[in-house]
Amino acid sequence: MVRFKKMSAILVIVLIMGLLVAGCGGTKTETDKTTAETKEPYKIGAIFDISGKGSSLGIPERDTVNMIIDEVNKAGGINGHQIELVMLDNESDETKSALAARKLIEQGVLAIIGSSQSGTTLSTLEAIQKAEIPLVSAAASIKIVQPIADRKWVFKTAHSDALVTEKIITYLKSKAITKVAFASMNNAYGDSGLKEFTAAAAKGGVTIVAKEKFAPEDTDMTPQLTNINRAKPEAVICWAIPPSASSFTANYRTLDLKMPLIHSHGIGNKKFIELAGDAANGVIFPVGKLLVAEGLADTDPQKAVLVDYAKKFEAKYGARNTFGGHAWDALKVVLAALEKAGPDKVKIRDEIEKTQNFTGISGVFNMSPTDHNGLALDSMVIVEIDKGKWVLAK
Amino acid sequence: MEDLKRRKRLRHSLIALFTVIIFILPFIITNNYYRSVLVIIGIYTTVVVGLCLLMGYAGQISLGHAGFYGLGAYVSGVLTSTYDVSPWIAILLGAVGTGLVAYIIGIPIFRLQGHYLALATLGLGLIIHVVMMEEVDITGGPSGLTKSIPYLSIGRFELNTDFKYYFLVWIVALAAIILANNVVHSRIGRALRSVHGSEFAAQSLGVDTGKYKLQVFTLSAIYASVAGSLYAHYITFISPSPFGLMTSIQFLVMAVVGGLASIWGPIFGVTAITLLTEGLKYIVPKMIPQAGGEYEIVVYGVILVIIMIFLPEGITSGIVNIYEGWRHRKELADVTSGDK
Repeated sequence: MVRFKKMSAILVIVLIMGLLVAGCGGTKTETDKTTAETKEPYKIGAIFDISGKGSSLGIPERDTVNMIIDEVNKAGGINGHQIELVMLDNESDETKSALAARKLIEQGVLAIIGSSQSGTTLSTLEAIQKAEIPLVSAAASIKIVQPIADRKWVFKTAHSDALVTEKIITYLKSKAITKVAFASMNNAYGDSGLKEFTAAAAKGGVTIVAKEKFAPEDTDMTPQLTNINRAKPEAVICWAIPPSASSFTANYRTLDLKMPLIHSHGIGNKKFIELAGDAANGVIFPVGKLLVAEGLADTDPQKAVLVDYAKKFEAKYGARNTFGGHAWDALKVVLAALEKAGPDKVKIRDEIEKTQNFTGISGVFNMSPTDHNGLALDSMVIVEIDKGKWVLAK
Repeated sequence: MEDLKRRKRLRHSLIALFTVIIFILPFIITNNYYRSVLVIIGIYTTVVVGLCLLMGYAGQISLGHAGFYGLGAYVSGVLTSTYDVSPWIAILLGAVGTGLVAYIIGIPIFRLQGHYLALATLGLGLIIHVVMMEEVDITGGPSGLTKSIPYLSIGRFELNTDFKYYFLVWIVALAAIILANNVVHSRIGRALRSVHGSEFAAQSLGVDTGKYKLQVFTLSAIYASVAGSLYAHYITFISPSPFGLMTSIQFLVMAVVGGLASIWGPIFGVTAITLLTEGLKYIVPKMIPQAGGEYEIVVYGVILVIIMIFLPEGITSGIVNIYEGWRHRKELADVTSGDK
């Protein structure tokens, strides 16, 4: 028995060593494979928050990217070159994300897409800028692409919070609402929303009569809502993602508050409706057009692209969501640039920056040397949840 | 007596050998990704050496070390990016400040015993994390520092590559190991071990247990703070998320897996855990295509459980025990065969 134990211990150690050695030998085997084909494949890297806190974003992004790469490769690749994708999971961890970026750079990828969240993107930028490799992020924070002088190689496809807040202010004005309460989750996402909304409200002549915060893991926001109700706002804005966004909404209905409830684009997935149930009905939020693709006017330039993506994604992976759309845009922008520029990192970057009238999922992109996001206000619509379905708000 | 001297010589030559390996390694490994993994290992090693000193020798559990680690990172980050303080002075200020915090808070904490101490450090770590999240004007709140943190430089020589940074990080880590080694083999170290063995016995022999525990706690907090500063200048961006409770637990896991009762434990523990997570990222997708990060976490957990079942004293002691057992059996076999 004792001997068995010791043998097992040795076995475990050998196993671990084996894993490590195999891990180190990684890059070699991959290059061996490439020589077999006639045209050398183009290598593209991706980092997503596939596990951990950001997984509700990272998983649809992973699925979308896999779907597109399959499609492109089956159709003969880019200029006859197959696309070889190296996808890494950063476990929603900033340190691991920084390491993942270095790993991809070492493997000689031409461009990188990701990460899913602002923090995990920002921690990779040091390596990206130094290695001079184009990165297209799927995360929201404006800090990813500004100050533009320090972000030469960095682009992003998700709507910036500044754009979303502007959309909300425009909507409030159209409804003649001037007094609002703002509740946000206490993390990078909610914090950025609060900052941007405060600025946009001041500019747009909207007064914030109450500001409340809750933790991402909170399940009861009754105290915050009581404070909000006391301030008598004409509308309530909630900046959060599920599950806390759903709890907030459920509490809101339980307290029977009558003013309109406006959420952020953070609830652009089915999970919000599933968790909030009937309480979700009547919620209004600004979001990319994907969720209401079929309801758009036929003249909308994005309609065909949106319906096509939604159909393909839903056939394979389940309900559509805007996060997968951000990855779609990031990858397609890179592929388009790659097609024009060939395997040259500098030229790919220049081509991404020159992207004009690119019809994507999150909107029509017009990048420029001063705007590495390239989305305009009309890329968003105001959506209302009606009987558990997304419809265009009137 | 001879045996003691021999052991001391062995210890010194092992450290010398390790130092040589450390300084040759970056010349052999030219892949920047592996170098960056080694940099992270070096940073974590510095923290875990301090933690091992606290846990293995003073027998005290800290669940708040990520807080100290973050304190160092934030002092460095904020002072250098917002106030243009020299990075080296900022590191020093971070270390002194964190040491002071640990010392002051340690005075009441070390009147507690057992689980209460773990809880108190847990609370301390959480409080530091909350301050990072809430003091938006200073720390930038949950979205992290707004300005980027400068590189460290020696005169005009900027430590802006993984290769250059590697040396700085490992010089610090080696200094931490050697200092810890000296502490362990000094009067304080012996006193600490007596605390670990039986606190009452130690007290009855006139060892001021509270004082020693407090000193070690402060020292380990300073280690964590310096490591945090190095992290900040390496990644050049910080937000509160790498300094939460999970990181404290990760440090604990590294310390326990490596083994608490040896200065080599931290290096083995940190290396094993870091290479395991990075290695699994390569291995798991090869074995199960289309598998996401979820599978990696499962495999990681299983391997940790196996290590803890078969090597409960950690990898270092485990290997030594296996070797000693083997030698013992061999000697036994030699003796019996000699009889014939």
